[in-house]
Amino acid sequence: MALVEIRDVDKSFQRDTQRIDVFTGLTLDIDAGSFTALMGPSGSGKSTLLNLIAGLDKPTRGTVRVGGAEVSAMSPGQLAAWRSSNIGFVFQSFNLLPVLTAYQNVELPLLLTRLSGRERNERVKIALDVVGLADRADHYPRQLSGGQEQRTAIARAIVADPTVMLLDEPTGQLDAKSSQEVLTLLQRLNNEFNKTIIIVTHDAHAAERAKTILHLEKGDLIEKPRVAAAAR
Amino acid sequence: MIPIAYNVRSVVQRPVSTALTALGVGLVVAVFIGMLALANGFSAALAKTGSSRNVLVLRKGADSELSSGLGRDVSSIVAADPHVATGADGRPLVSPEVYVLIPLAKSFDTTQIANVVARGISDQAWQVRNNVTVTAGQKPTSGRPEVCVGSRLTKRFPHTGIGQTLHFAGRDWSVTCHFTAAGSAFESEIWGENEQFMPVFRGEVFQSITFRLKDPGSFAEAQRALQADKRMTVDAHRESEFYAQQSQLLGRILSFLAVMITGIMAVGAVFGAINTMYAAIASRAPEIGVLLTLGFRPWTVLVSFLAESAFIAAIGGLLGCLFSLPLNGIVTSTTNWSSFSEIAFSFRVTPALLLVGLVFAVVMGIVGGFFPALRAARLQVVQALR
Repeated sequence: MALVEIRDVDKSFQRDTQRIDVFTGLTLDIDAGSFTALMGPSGSGKSTLLNLIAGLDKPTRGTVRVGGAEVSAMSPGQLAAWRSSNIGFVFQSFNLLPVLTAYQNVELPLLLTRLSGRERNERVKIALDVVGLADRADHYPRQLSGGQEQRTAIARAIVADPTVMLLDEPTGQLDAKSSQEVLTLLQRLNNEFNKTIIIVTHDAHAAERAKTILHLEKGDLIEKPRVAAAAR
Repeated sequence: MIPIAYNVRSVVQRPVSTALTALGVGLVVAVFIGMLALANGFSAALAKTGSSRNVLVLRKGADSELSSGLGRDVSSIVAADPHVATGADGRPLVSPEVYVLIPLAKSFDTTQIANVVARGISDQAWQVRNNVTVTAGQKPTSGRPEVCVGSRLTKRFPHTGIGQTLHFAGRDWSVTCHFTAAGSAFESEIWGENEQFMPVFRGEVFQSITFRLKDPGSFAEAQRALQADKRMTVDAHRESEFYAQQSQLLGRILSFLAVMITGIMAVGAVFGAINTMYAAIASRAPEIGVLLTLGFRPWTVLVSFLAESAFIAAIGGLLGCLFSLPLNGIVTSTTNWSSFSEIAFSFRVTPALLLVGLVFAVVMGIVGGFFPALRAARLQVVQALR
């Protein structure tokens, strides 16, 4: 059974008097342990799809299931609880809380668990270690480079050991070197830790690091064979 | 829960708007504490005036000493009552008193006239009122036109120094001493001998008779006995309760004014807090979006921003307490509406008042923060993150 099951989903937005249909009857399965890149032109619905999987947005029709739970039917309160233990979300603009240190930012999702202070401390240290920022724990976001900020955001996304990691343009604001570091880290998380990763990107080079590339065009999904990745 | 460090540090990040909001709250709290300190001081001055061991006898139906009148016969009957305590010399501790208001010009502006209480006492009064202490000079000598001046009057009225001469009731009175009375309303009075005051004021009549109870627990019994005595028509009051009651009307008006004025000012301060919090939330929408995405529930966001608003207001509350502290002890005066006499008293800023001020500040913060915090909690995650 697929980890993420999207069944016959419609999603439309109302902009002024105009109705915009993003998806009509979209169906998609994503397996556990996969690394999927979602590509497509602006406005094709990539981020909307990510938001539907994370339960940040609701489909107009159809069902979204993640790990057997029907996300599209949950109340806002249920969704919050569910997200805290199942979803690791990474944003294009990092979105770290500027007044908290890297350590405190990474610790945030654990504050929603019943873990003791010592257990939280251990987990945060491991997460920062995995992303290579153990020595930056006490730094504030403004004291970190873009790449370091995004790696902190990834540490925050993995610290609670979520079912699936969702990344919206994670390299969109990074230089080439930092992008490579972040993508290598994601591959490692997928290969070594068997994390299920779904990444939305414009960047073909970034997409090629994924095991599966899906193209969204006018609300339809087309699976494309990877070109360069096969050689890797 | 969202860590409080997030809110505290966010507040510190915008020092100017935080300081201005806190200042607004602080000023309201200072005025609030100041006005309550005034009411508090007034009540305290009158509450301390009476002793629970003393009984004040007035003509039946008189609600103040001013409207009372008792003959010498009544004075004798009261003095002979078995409930009256006796002094070391075996004489009953009774003071039949003359109570009149005299107009005196104030020191700082002699065109301003205030009504001051002149109380004609018996020599037993100094023992009946055992909180009264002569601080300088000698008590007036019996049979001579001499007076002792309450300590609150000495700085406020001219010719009240020892050795000086006060002119009232068509005569000159030499000031022989000053006295204190534990901050009570007696300190705003001029005391002389009752036999000296009687002929120059209202003739052969006393206004009140105060005596000390032999047994403090026997007030009800003494009251019953005096009021039932067919030879006279009097009311007996416990002295402490009588003066406390006198402070009630003005005390209530002062407290009411405190609530009214600070209530109106508080509306302004609350709007200040609302404005600050709306601005804070608008600029931090993406952060709120992140918190909601991470799985923090909307109500924890609400509580977090309420706490932030309360925190800013608490800083204001502390400022307000600091602003109000110098008021403590400042002497002011007003007319006691029950006796129409000038009464001087001090602002009393007590720890309890400071606490009330601080709680008031936090309440303003919570009220002002509520709608902005509610907006934060209701933010749509997808829109907040944009």
